[in-house]
Amino acid sequence: MAEYNDVGILAFGAYLPRLRLSRKAVAEANAWFNPALKGLAKGERSMCNWDEDAVTMAVEAARDCLIGQDRGALKAVSFASTTLPFEDRLNAGIVAEALNLKPDIAAQDLTASQRAATSGLIAALQMARGGGGPVLMVASEKRRAKTASPLELQAGDGAAAVLVGTGPVVARLLASASRTVDFVDHYRGEGFEFDYTWEERWIRDEGYNKIVPAALADLFKSTDVKPGDIAHFAMPCVLPRVAAGIAKKAGMPDAAVRDNLHTVCGETGAAHPLVMLADALERAKPGDKVLVAGFGQGCDALLFEATADLAKLAPRMGVKGHLARRKEETNYSKFLAFNDLVAIERGMRADVDKQTALSSLYRNRRMLTGFIGGQCRKCGTLQFPKSKVCVNPNCNAFHSQDDHPFADTPAKVQSYTADRLTYSPDPPHYYGMVNFEQGGRVMIDFTDCDRETVDVGAPMRMMFRIKEYDPQRGFTRYYWKAAPASQPGAAKA
Amino acid sequence: MASGIRDKVAILGMGCSKFGERWDKEADDLMVEAFEEAIADAGIEKNQIDAAWLATAIEEQHVGKSGVPLAVALRLPYIPVTRVENYCASGTEAFRGAVYAVASGAADIALALGVEKLKDTGYGGLPQRGRGALNSMYWPNLSAPGSFAQLAAAYRAKHGKAPEDLKRAMAHISVKSHDNGNKNAKAHLTNKITMENVLDAPMIAEPLGLYDCCGVSDGSACAIVTTPEIARSLGKQDIIAVKALQLAVSNGTEASHNSWDGSYFATTRIASKRAYKEAGIENPREELDLIEVHDCFSVTELVTMEDLYVSPEGGAIKDVLDGFYDADGKIPCQIDGGLKCFGHPIGASGMRMIYEIYLQMQGKAGPRQRKELPRYGLTHNLGGFPHQNVCSISVIGKYGD
Repeated sequence: MAEYNDVGILAFGAYLPRLRLSRKAVAEANAWFNPALKGLAKGERSMCNWDEDAVTMAVEAARDCLIGQDRGALKAVSFASTTLPFEDRLNAGIVAEALNLKPDIAAQDLTASQRAATSGLIAALQMARGGGGPVLMVASEKRRAKTASPLELQAGDGAAAVLVGTGPVVARLLASASRTVDFVDHYRGEGFEFDYTWEERWIRDEGYNKIVPAALADLFKSTDVKPGDIAHFAMPCVLPRVAAGIAKKAGMPDAAVRDNLHTVCGETGAAHPLVMLADALERAKPGDKVLVAGFGQGCDALLFEATADLAKLAPRMGVKGHLARRKEETNYSKFLAFNDLVAIERGMRADVDKQTALSSLYRNRRMLTGFIGGQCRKCGTLQFPKSKVCVNPNCNAFHSQDDHPFADTPAKVQSYTADRLTYSPDPPHYYGMVNFEQGGRVMIDFTDCDRETVDVGAPMRMMFRIKEYDPQRGFTRYYWKAAPASQPGAAKA
Repeated sequence: MASGIRDKVAILGMGCSKFGERWDKEADDLMVEAFEEAIADAGIEKNQIDAAWLATAIEEQHVGKSGVPLAVALRLPYIPVTRVENYCASGTEAFRGAVYAVASGAADIALALGVEKLKDTGYGGLPQRGRGALNSMYWPNLSAPGSFAQLAAAYRAKHGKAPEDLKRAMAHISVKSHDNGNKNAKAHLTNKITMENVLDAPMIAEPLGLYDCCGVSDGSACAIVTTPEIARSLGKQDIIAVKALQLAVSNGTEASHNSWDGSYFATTRIASKRAYKEAGIENPREELDLIEVHDCFSVTELVTMEDLYVSPEGGAIKDVLDGFYDADGKIPCQIDGGLKCFGHPIGASGMRMIYEIYLQMQGKAGPRQRKELPRYGLTHNLGGFPHQNVCSISVIGKYGD
């Protein structure tokens, strides 16, 4: 056990989209076809805005996680998701660029299983133990489900990130175990849009109830910690009472079983073990034993012990903060449109060719993906974009600018409009001029806003979002947008 | 210090097509329509024209690039034809090209023609346009009304005006322009509207409703210019001359430097000051008699009244509501109906404004003729967005005055 003492979690963060789709609205719309859906109609599920996907949520979760951390120290990024927007383009590379990480890091995508994140976390901890850390493990998921399917109601969109390494860990790794079994509760074949799922009772009896206990038994064999010592058991499972049953059978206290967030968020797929881990760490006290499990063609289990440094972690949004940053959505039709589940009339203004010049994107990647502007060495003026000639009319120096990151700088609205003419998947389209603290400004798209949250002078926070999707070529173009600022620190309140 | 353009160039003839939804006409039909009026007015033959400038902005919707479309439409005799594009100020840019050619002595007689055929897009409003590979990756997904609408929020914030007062002044501007357009057979929209029509209209980009926005239409306008001496030799009396032609182009300061507050056009303030100096105007509020401004949106016209130094800063709402800019006011603004009623065939608009001043100076404006013949008329043509734009100003007056 001694070799585990100095490796563990240095920081964690989460991201849940602001929109929460009322399950009642979904069930009522589809009851004509499947009345049984009404049984799943309680609570709400998190729902991506039209400009969010697994990559944008991963970036936000990573930003939350990295508050107060030295990004320059990172040695690797792992990104777990089964809903990566690119099948062949390193999605973790987009995340790394958006976070302005150094280029001399390793990055990889982990996919094809609901336990991709827990497997990635075990690997990341091993890397860190071998001196290859800190490693950023981020998981994000935006699952696609057929209209009127149970999955549509069970799933939610979300992301979480964990920074692992050695040093002042907030939770040290005590043990881990993995089992791999080709148990196919559901699958999604190449080129298919949707999952194909087998019977729930079989998944419960032959899957969860046999595979998870075996993994937990392996884990407890390798540690002195007893199941009765577990304070937090974080295991995603949409089937009722399964996690509680497994905990009881293993000898864990009933109170240790963490809520799967079904009522408030839904299951965020491959991200959910880390979302639940973040939720557990937000509740944990120093010394608490935290057990997280991920299920999918086998099972991963990881046991952590919270340390005294947990209380010293800088305030962040986390799961709790993002749950509080909420807007109810009762319009099921909007959910269908945002997820391209219905052929909506977008109008001729949406017809414009959205081809992206990849060479230009590459040249300008620091600006477009990293949101890096410039600061003039001669007059100090901050400006975006960075340019060859300083924009200050009293300076106009040539070749005088150093890189300056703007993504984390608070901004305020100078002017804005709600535009009903321009094409937007969610009209009216809000955009305007925002001024950054300490200087610099940008005319930019807004997101996650409505009449109540936008005004001249309103505080804004920059968020990494989808700028355009090119349906002819399948290319997603990302950029930054201004969103009404929410209060960080909610997770620790 | 440059001596400027004042009294160096005379307007020999002008023409303007009917503006509107010209479903049965191609762009070259509109060019011919404007040109035939201008050349008859000028009293010359086509082969006396030494050089020509063509203004088009959204050329991909109609004639395509280059000067060739004008040369072909009019069968010009292999003379130099230059196509210019400078956003919505393109029309005045063609005029500037022709005027400078005459002033330099490189041409005795020059033609400027602007045309735009916008109604072949399949939808209302200005066509979506390409912005360039990099711009499209970071500019907001903005429309023209959405970008100009932002003037309102910034203007209100700066001057502490209530939204209702601003909206009422904006509505008055549109009602006034429709009253004027009602007397102009060449306008696209000739109907009168009421304050209620404007205030209750569907929202386009807050706070701009449908009637705060100018129309989109097809049209062409044309000018033939020469030296005052040649004009006189051709029998012209009471020669109408160019007093000033100025252009100011944003250099990114408004967009990227925090010194601009979003409530005004930096370019208009610079270009108008230069134009007054060039024309010898010291007090624009007292000396100007008629103005045609770029009223793409009601709020644009409102803030432009201050940027032209006619209304005091923060005082445009009062002047507008007092009727200062009405047809029977001290300085009528858009006496022809403006972009509001003519619509905005981009390449043609700047020259359409000059055409109206030219008619009014000669007392040829028919039912909408200002009672006293104007001494100085000003046109203001704006392109782009409030935070990044081009602004051209012309001052037209009597030669030798």
